[in-house]
Amino acid sequence: MSKIVVLVKRVPDTNARIVVNGDRVDLSAVKWVISPYDEFAIEIALKHKEATGGSVTALTLGGPEADKVLKDAKAIGVDEIVRVWNDSWSEMDSNAIQSALAQAITDLGAEVVYCGKTAADTGAGSTGPGVAERLGWPSVSNITEASFEGGITVIAPVENGAARISVSGSAVISCDKGDLKVRKPNVKGIMMAKRAQVSVVSAEAPSSTVSILSQTPPPAKPAGKKYEGGASAEEVARLLRDEANVI
Amino acid sequence: MSESIIIAETNKGTIAQVTAELVSAAIALGTSPTVVVPCVDPAVASDAGYDGVSRTIAVKGSCFENYDAASWAAAIDAAAPAGIIITAATPQSKDLAARIAARRGISVVQDVVSIDGMNLTSPIYSGKAMQTVSLSGDASISVRANIFPAAASTSANVSVVDQSGDVLTAVQEIIARASARLDVSEANIIISGGRGMGSPDNFSHLEKLADVLGAAVGASRAAVDTWEDIPHSMQVGQTGKTVNPNLYIAVGISGAIQHLAGMRSSKYIVAVNKDADAPIFAHADYGIVATWEETLPVLESALSSMMS
Repeated sequence: MSKIVVLVKRVPDTNARIVVNGDRVDLSAVKWVISPYDEFAIEIALKHKEATGGSVTALTLGGPEADKVLKDAKAIGVDEIVRVWNDSWSEMDSNAIQSALAQAITDLGAEVVYCGKTAADTGAGSTGPGVAERLGWPSVSNITEASFEGGITVIAPVENGAARISVSGSAVISCDKGDLKVRKPNVKGIMMAKRAQVSVVSAEAPSSTVSILSQTPPPAKPAGKKYEGGASAEEVARLLRDEANVI
Repeated sequence: MSESIIIAETNKGTIAQVTAELVSAAIALGTSPTVVVPCVDPAVASDAGYDGVSRTIAVKGSCFENYDAASWAAAIDAAAPAGIIITAATPQSKDLAARIAARRGISVVQDVVSIDGMNLTSPIYSGKAMQTVSLSGDASISVRANIFPAAASTSANVSVVDQSGDVLTAVQEIIARASARLDVSEANIIISGGRGMGSPDNFSHLEKLADVLGAAVGASRAAVDTWEDIPHSMQVGQTGKTVNPNLYIAVGISGAIQHLAGMRSSKYIVAVNKDADAPIFAHADYGIVATWEETLPVLESALSSMMS
């Protein structure tokens, strides 16, 4: 029996156009979804539960607007949904976010934590290893497969390839896509999710030492050179050597 | 001047070039850097001396045999002085940066591409926007490769510290990669194919060109989703790998926002597409409006004669 927690995050759909208004991105018109890699974390968490018994709790940090992604996780098949929030929080840095999550994970009595390898908004990938350090647990990141006989064994990238790595005891494991097919919500799951209650818990977080100054559109690239016909590849090859100096 | 600690990037037991770039990043931050080299054999640290670096610490420990986040963070934390931690923005070093930051109770800023005093800029939403943050205290930061100039090498003033950590993960088996080719996340030159390649068999033409250049072969999501023979490990894009090589050659790739997000920060981009209106051309330094069939042989022969 394992008490499994999976971290999920609400992010803009990866196909959304990101618009900047003033000095902040304007997300008022985007569709919000579970961060794509978190879906693989949910899948692996559910497989873990099927192998060993136990329960899967989806945990997110955020205000009431984040309830939707928890319900989406419930529809896919997690048992419990929990949101950690404190009305005094705004613009938290990684230290604040990880402290709050680690506290909530401890309070839930988790034995293993899964998360996506990065969130689609920041792309940072800091939460998994950072939470693991705060829990005093080992972590393995960017795994593409996992099995659960006699502990957790994962496939993760290493220098020049991949390795089969076993983990003893509790751990935080961040998940890449791999060849995994993720299950989708079915009608019964969606009906259950509608009735499900989100447990809201609180935590303390240190004040942030990283503050956002501005968000801007990406720098415009100067117009490139455009040629017609395959024969121009010869000229492009020459420019790669003489102008770009990359060959 | 405040202190910074650069964690040297090592690759196959040697100091990777990006380490010299991290020195320039540390100096841009207005800090005085110490280079820390996690290693099993401290001899490697003798190559980690740079102009502007007064000392190099070789942290020698058995835990550094394989990457294990917890023990690496514990050993490096114990051996390194306080200050801003600077690593390369590779998947492993970003992981380590986050772990060390958490250990020290400080924050982490990943994928930095520009530094102005204590203001750091990183891409967000996979490069669809940029975010500038200000630091008001120590932090861990990871810096993208190919952005800062490499500091000049000089002889290293190495001190060796014996320090290991408890390893709670165990490598059971190394799984050899199916092909001997570089992974897109490691390569300085990447040649990617999209659905415009027509069939997965035609990727062999990209591989031939990659062999000439010592490049990795990547693919768009459309190609990976369409053809089972093209594995996800090759996918460049928002739900694949984010890359910023010196040269990215996109062949038969239209340039969906998903794909652009993963490669737009490449230093030089070449696009080959028969559709003159393909969005990829707006991001290409050199665009060729033609089929891959007529373009690749010309490109391959021109580059072969240059490389020989």
